[in-house]
Amino acid sequence: MRLSGGPGEPAGESSPFRAEVRDWLRAHVPARPLASVDTAEGFAAHREWEHELAAARLSVVSWPVAYGGRGAPLLDWLVFEEEYYAAAAPVRVGQNGLFLLAPTLFAHGTAEQLDRVLPSMATADEVWAQAWSEPDAGSDLAAIRATATAADGGWLLSGTKMWSSRAAFADKAFGLFRSEPGARRHRGLTYLMFDLRAEGVTVRPIRQLGGRTGFAEIFLDQVFVPAADVIGEPGDGWRVAMSTASHERGMSLRSPGRFSAAAARLVELWRQAGGQDDTALRDRVVDAWIGARAYRLHTHATAARLAAGGSLGAESSLGKVFWSELDVALHETALDLLGPRAELASPDVDVDQGRWLDGYLFSLAGPIYAGTNEIQRTVIAERLLGLPR
Amino acid sequence: MTPGRSGEQAQFAASLHAMLADAEVPAAARRWAAGDRAPGLAVWRALATLGVTALAVPERDGGLGAGFADLVVACEELGHHAVPGPVAESVAAVPVLLAALPADAAAGDLTGGDLAGGDLASDDLAGAELPARNWPAPWLAGLAAGDLIATAAMPPWLPWAVDTGAAGLVLLAADGTVRIAAPGARYRSVDPGRSLSQVTGGQLLARGPAVAAAIARALDAGTLACAAQLLGAGRALLEASVRHAGQRTQFGRPIGAFQAVKHQLADVAIGLEFAGPLLDVAAATLDGDDEHVARDVSAAKVACTDAARRAARTALQVHGAIGYTEEHDLHLWLLKVRALAGAWGSQAEHRARVMAAISVSAEGAGQDQGVETPAARQPVAGQPAAGQAAAGEPAWS
Repeated sequence: MRLSGGPGEPAGESSPFRAEVRDWLRAHVPARPLASVDTAEGFAAHREWEHELAAARLSVVSWPVAYGGRGAPLLDWLVFEEEYYAAAAPVRVGQNGLFLLAPTLFAHGTAEQLDRVLPSMATADEVWAQAWSEPDAGSDLAAIRATATAADGGWLLSGTKMWSSRAAFADKAFGLFRSEPGARRHRGLTYLMFDLRAEGVTVRPIRQLGGRTGFAEIFLDQVFVPAADVIGEPGDGWRVAMSTASHERGMSLRSPGRFSAAAARLVELWRQAGGQDDTALRDRVVDAWIGARAYRLHTHATAARLAAGGSLGAESSLGKVFWSELDVALHETALDLLGPRAELASPDVDVDQGRWLDGYLFSLAGPIYAGTNEIQRTVIAERLLGLPR
Repeated sequence: MTPGRSGEQAQFAASLHAMLADAEVPAAARRWAAGDRAPGLAVWRALATLGVTALAVPERDGGLGAGFADLVVACEELGHHAVPGPVAESVAAVPVLLAALPADAAAGDLTGGDLAGGDLASDDLAGAELPARNWPAPWLAGLAAGDLIATAAMPPWLPWAVDTGAAGLVLLAADGTVRIAAPGARYRSVDPGRSLSQVTGGQLLARGPAVAAAIARALDAGTLACAAQLLGAGRALLEASVRHAGQRTQFGRPIGAFQAVKHQLADVAIGLEFAGPLLDVAAATLDGDDEHVARDVSAAKVACTDAARRAARTALQVHGAIGYTEEHDLHLWLLKVRALAGAWGSQAEHRARVMAAISVSAEGAGQDQGVETPAARQPVAGQPAAGQAAAGEPAWS
């Protein structure tokens, strides 16, 4: 008896696609890191990098050919991600559009919307920001107050959106608006795309922990949006958005490549800096490596399940908590290995071009964004374990 | 269904689960602990009927010659039901050891006289005959058929042989030699269903460098089986906790409605969920006799142990005082997890083994690239966008 199947067996490095990606990245990834994506200069440089990726048809490999992709299987996307992070390639400036808006459009958009929005997203000629949260609607997203009022040929948007990633320099944004006055909670919401340069939009960048302006506040005052920029039906925005939320938490927000690459660097750091008799730090390095491997194996198995026609629901919350806590632990371990040098934050002298410190500060945001880990644990308990509400 | 497992494996697990759920295993475990092994041995015979005891026995010896991928599915279910007896030893380590011994390693034919003594002729196993010649084939056949239960001491990871009283074959495998073992002083385990026997080496069965390799493989097989039991026990503890939290009412609500309880159980679920793939990939690695066996088996043991221990601590906390009693069945799982957590190598030893494997070179530090699952090779019909990379920066909301 030998029951077929089994988990993702390591199958070597034989994929021609992997070789292509690796070779291309080796030839094209800038030797020095680009300026921060959260500066005007850095944003432009990252957009330029996306043009190069798109020209090689590597920016959206899993999308259909018509929109700039290759129609590649999900597994190839994971392969791309692993190589991308292993090569320490630049941050994807278009990420909010690519992995939050695009999946929503594929699920709910019209053919006209797909044709209009996706090609310029794939090349980063248009970069998208998200506009989910509001000052009083964070974890409690259904408390949204920003309004969409029906107008001739479309809608007028008013209100405040908060913590909008990339909004300081992006071109467009998407989010939920209350389109039925008096409707409560998740009812009467509409999913809309809007132009950040339109009349009535004011963007105020917010300096984050670490000094950068990775997100912004958006003030909307009677901003006109044509009816063609509603995704799904008016009033059905909550259901439409939830399909995006699942993507954000699970597969598409955090590919395992990020953690695999960081874990490999951590082990290398241990080889250089670790005291062989420091078993406490050794165990933390090992646990980070094991965690990264577990996340990778789990993601590959999930990708196989999706490819076989399965769907991703509340279980994406398991992964969100897992990777976000892994990320913090992994980077804290690296900084502890560096000892006093971990504090250095000047570009001239800091360690590994500041990647450990930057990565640590970034990792601290993980348990908060994309649905706080408290929200995720409640989702796991109620929807996966079936505990009472 | 566990991610990455096949439909056949899920069915196998389901049929084991159905049989064990009907077999009143907790009652059998309690009687086993009290010295009456008859109900527990009946469970073992039922497991043999479903092929569990034959999985690791080669087909030439009357077994199923199944892979470790299937063995972990079975052992996880045995842990899920807290089946008493030397599971990792008899179902995994001993058959793997005997099957891996080189043909020319035998120190000589055995006669019945050489095998006399100790607990070898267990009263509990009617019909189990001691093999006299051409070992280990008859032992393997006996294990496969369920006529023989085996155990072993394999110091330093297994200093004592567990459950010698139930075993018709007790081995001592260490330092490149395999011997018949004579059980001596018997100690109680924290798990009342386990007893630990000191053993002294008797009749030499095999020795040499190839025997050392066979012992190493048997240790990895037993460790993997133990990790699978831990994962299954963790799942059972989570299920029991969810049931209890949905039924027990305080302050006018089920305690499972409180976030403090929900979030603890969510963390248990996360730990178990991400230990599973490590277990399965370690089985695949062991099936392939891959160079990464030590790394993957140890990573699985570390992760399954941590996940099971978190499940145990949380289960006790969620159950409250009733969980701290012998009256409640929960203690069968709580104490088995504690016992298995230190068996088959400590967490420190396994973490050291992982580090030794991953830090040998800069290249070795990397994760394996190119995990391929056949089912994942087809394009995603009607589901073109998985979205794209999220490098380095947060997506706030």
